[in-house]
Amino acid sequence: MAESGSNRAPEIGAFFQRDRQWHPAAFTPDYKSSVLRSPQKALLSFDNTLSELTGPVFGHAMLGELDNDLIHNFAKAGDSAIGERIIVHGRVLDERGKGVPGALLEFWQANAGGRYRHKKDGYLAPLDPNFGGCGRTITGEDGGYAFRTVRPGPYPWPNGPNDWRPAHIHFSVFGHGFAQRLITQMYFEGDPLIWRCPIVGGISNKAAIAALIAALDMQSTIPMDALAYKFDIVLRGRRSTLFENRPEGN
Amino acid sequence: MAQSLDRLKESPSQTAGPYVHIGLTPNFCGIDGVYQSDLGSTMVNSETRGERIELRIRVLDGTGTPLKDALIEIWQADASGLYNSPAEMRGPADPNFLGWGRQPSDMETGVCRFQTIKPGRVPFRDGRLMAPHITLWIVARGINIGLNTRLYFSDEEKANAEDPILARIEHRVRVPTLIAERQGDTYVFDVHLQGEKETVFFDS
Ligand SMILES: [Fe+3]
Repeated sequence: MAESGSNRAPEIGAFFQRDRQWHPAAFTPDYKSSVLRSPQKALLSFDNTLSELTGPVFGHAMLGELDNDLIHNFAKAGDSAIGERIIVHGRVLDERGKGVPGALLEFWQANAGGRYRHKKDGYLAPLDPNFGGCGRTITGEDGGYAFRTVRPGPYPWPNGPNDWRPAHIHFSVFGHGFAQRLITQMYFEGDPLIWRCPIVGGISNKAAIAALIAALDMQSTIPMDALAYKFDIVLRGRRSTLFENRPEGN
Repeated sequence: MAQSLDRLKESPSQTAGPYVHIGLTPNFCGIDGVYQSDLGSTMVNSETRGERIELRIRVLDGTGTPLKDALIEIWQADASGLYNSPAEMRGPADPNFLGWGRQPSDMETGVCRFQTIKPGRVPFRDGRLMAPHITLWIVARGINIGLNTRLYFSDEEKANAEDPILARIEHRVRVPTLIAERQGDTYVFDVHLQGEKETVFFDS
């Protein structure tokens, strides 16, 4: 058994079923890339086995000092990234509302001009020599996390003739079981491009879209330094094992 | 009316997009100096117990073209069938094997390579043994929610024949979509996102 980095007894119950109506469907033709990349046959459903219930643990020891600071983690000494300085913070919770400690969060984004540091991104906005665009952190005991970055710019992308992505930060979340694995995107409160985006539009429920929009959080700003946005992330919850037949070997 | 169950909803998934490498394998796409190495790029060391194998996985779209911008993560038991996880209650797994790996597909060929070990057998919920398998999670541009499936091994015919998950596949012609072909120490596995050979994906 790996160390959990927590004093809690490990949880071993099966995960709540995923609500596939709440998530975007695989086939969302307004987002053209999904057309040939979406499975069309029915998924095979079964209750979690150990292969889905278990998952690796990432210790805080793997983190470097600047991993959660995108303003500085790629910048030359003494320099910093260009753009609106922001703090993004929140909690990783499960569907029961419990904080998820020890969750690995990895995030990536375009720079303040909307340009990614990637050889396939040819947008004419310039690269910022002091901005790489990636960072990571691990949640604390209550599931809390925070990082510093600059607000990413919106950018045009080849889909329709004039489609623009709203400003967003990509998030990869690693909870405790491999079946909780999730990638999503965080949007910014008040951005009018959110409601025009074909990728966002793949989510049919307005409340589900709202769950991806971070709120401006004036109480958490650092005066004269950075604005703050609060973004909570929810992972699949676990069933209680109290009255379950325990799998062999438990 | 009744009381509220007060449950939260899982955060909706969004595509990893075309630049997933910046976040998950930055060294691979030329962003050096932020992390020492890409997480999950090395799975075994000289002390790891078990048979060394290589997985060569491609993900193919509805036209049969390999994706060159996919990212695959794998999760597996150690050589004795134990997971290196706090939820593993049967005993300690091999301390030299985390059991988790992450690789981008090659930008020219679309092949994802994993150097790992062959996993042991893990019990199903009722205690029967499942055949040796590796759990896959696949993301890419155009994939709105990460795809879950398993890789089984072509040289485990007897175990595969009694595997309780493979047994649930109604259309038996689709079972081979989950079985990787052994070629020496390498297992070759094509994931078809669509079409006649569409891989069986999981909701579990
Ligand atoms: Fe993006």
